[in-house]
Amino acid sequence: MKKIPLLLLAGSCLGALSSLSTGSAADAVPPIKIGAIFAVTGPASFLGAPESKTAKMLVDQINASGGALGRKLELIVKDSGGSPEKAVSFAKQLIEEDKVLAIIGPSTSGETLQIKNLCEENQMILVSCAAADAIVNPLAKYVFKTPQKDSQAATWIYRTMKEQGISKIAILTSNDGFGASGKKQLEELAKAAGIEILADEVYDKQATDLTDVLTKVKATPGVQAVVNWSIVPAQSIVAKNMKQLGMSIPLFQSHGFGNRKYVEQAGVAAEGILFPAGRLLVVEELPDNHPQKQVLAGYKKDYEAAYKEDVSTFGGHAYDAILIVTEAIKKAGTTDRAQVRDAIENLHGLVGTAGIYNFSATDHTGLDLNAFEMLTVKDGKFTIYRK
Amino acid sequence: MESGSLALQYLLSGVTKGSIYAVVAIGFNLIYSATGVLNFAQGEFVMLGGMVAVTLAHFVPLSVAIVVAVAVVALLGCVLEVAFFRKLRRHSILHLIIITIGLSIVLQEAALHLWDEKVRSLPYFTGNEVSSVKFLGAAISPQVLWVLGTVAVTVILLHFFLKYTLRGRAMRACSSNPDAAMLAGINISNMRTLSFGLSAALGALAGCVISPITMTHYEMGAPLAIKGFAAAILGGLGNPMGAVAGGLMVGILEAFAVSKLPAAYNDVAAFAVLLLVLFVRPHGLFGRPGGEHVREH
Repeated sequence: MKKIPLLLLAGSCLGALSSLSTGSAADAVPPIKIGAIFAVTGPASFLGAPESKTAKMLVDQINASGGALGRKLELIVKDSGGSPEKAVSFAKQLIEEDKVLAIIGPSTSGETLQIKNLCEENQMILVSCAAADAIVNPLAKYVFKTPQKDSQAATWIYRTMKEQGISKIAILTSNDGFGASGKKQLEELAKAAGIEILADEVYDKQATDLTDVLTKVKATPGVQAVVNWSIVPAQSIVAKNMKQLGMSIPLFQSHGFGNRKYVEQAGVAAEGILFPAGRLLVVEELPDNHPQKQVLAGYKKDYEAAYKEDVSTFGGHAYDAILIVTEAIKKAGTTDRAQVRDAIENLHGLVGTAGIYNFSATDHTGLDLNAFEMLTVKDGKFTIYRK
Repeated sequence: MESGSLALQYLLSGVTKGSIYAVVAIGFNLIYSATGVLNFAQGEFVMLGGMVAVTLAHFVPLSVAIVVAVAVVALLGCVLEVAFFRKLRRHSILHLIIITIGLSIVLQEAALHLWDEKVRSLPYFTGNEVSSVKFLGAAISPQVLWVLGTVAVTVILLHFFLKYTLRGRAMRACSSNPDAAMLAGINISNMRTLSFGLSAALGALAGCVISPITMTHYEMGAPLAIKGFAAAILGGLGNPMGAVAGGLMVGILEAFAVSKLPAAYNDVAAFAVLLLVLFVRPHGLFGRPGGEHVREH
């Protein structure tokens, strides 16, 4: 424990030094403050940790190339630990004390929905990194989000099932916000897609083994495929248990499977898993003239060089959020919050990691179904699924 | 699947979960027997065992990694006892239990900062993620057999240690009557430290053998401690055999509950049965009735 004050001291010295060295030109104007609320620790840290790392990296890059409007960006990151209560108090702090221009995050839908009204009432721009449809529907004037919607993920899964001639399925979801949102979308969209749900089970997100639930699925006659909507470790446990039980029907996972680490954890059991995701994970497969190629390849290279870990689609959501705010500031030519907000709605053809954003007064996600690709795991690697 | 092999599959699934709860429950018992304290940081020993072993497994063979991890965590258990419990022994049991809850939070946070938030796991000891042992139409991962084997060997060794070695008997003497034990020349403080070390070692070993099945991450301790605690209570505190039986029962109950009810209710089913058992036998299935005597083996 003795190390910490020393480190802090060293850190503040470094900070003082660097502000001295850059003190001449840029500090004449104060930096543009951007707040960030991420679940850096806690159960949603698989989202928040890469998001926080990505946001810091991108802000440094933007500052190195001159910032926005000749001013540097200052990122203030708050770790909510995935708790909605903490997210609310951090949002208040960022609005009232730090007086930031915009807030990016939170990482999870539950947190975002808790602060949605708060931001709207205070006319604070919020660019969420969470996926639930409810964040932008009903529409709030100041609230945007970067990931593809859960409903789009479910639509992709059903579309692929149709192509494979699958119509009777089992769905498994974890008992947390992510699983609940997936369950809702899968159930609502099933009928229109001509899919019949024969088994619909919710399991504990901390489950240590899921053989019993899968035995039940296996014993249900007529099931042609399983959809699992959860995060680690459960999403790897499902894959392993299915193979151990000798089940050969296809396993679809949610877009929450978008990190190569999860493939490693499920090992050979991950082979053949199908899931919708952005193109970040298969950037090598994209043709050079693909509009997203340059952004994706650049982000992947920088992130993996800086942090020595595999890039994930989740970090990309923070990348897009920073990008959207910065581009809107540039476009508005001012840091007036209302004008920056209007500028976001007028961003068209903005290439991000999740897809190409086309915002409008009625669409605060800005992504269409094309932002997803159906991916599969082959020889331990992600690859675009082709029938 | 035909109904016979289906039932067997549920049974094996229950055994898988139950063996995990059992191996945690044994650790609970040991400290309880020697000190009367319920150590709610037991789940953290399991987590730390797994974490240390996964880290070491990058550099040394799996078996060496496990042995070292067990030794490291055992040492940590002893250090914690000396640092926190030795001086506070005169405090009430309730105080000590609350300290263990505090310790579990501290250990969890420490693990988060020492490692990170990511989920990791040891490789399967035999076969890989998809291999399974077929048995009358049902299937079970070979790793479950490793867990069961570990539970069996641990319980047998523990039994012999407590019944037939001088040190083990001294430990039991401390638990049944500390004053008399002290008069007989037993160093009670050291016995308590030993029980924490042993219990930490058992937890760490558990953390290693279950890692391929459950995966290891900094938050895994608390939920395991709750299930392990339930298993220990069901079996009767202070009785390692009871802990194993309790663990397997909780696991099997959960598995069969899934077959009849939506999976979301499986904890409800398991804990309802636990409550029922406690109404009828407050000291657990295999525990002995009566305050102090519960701690006797």
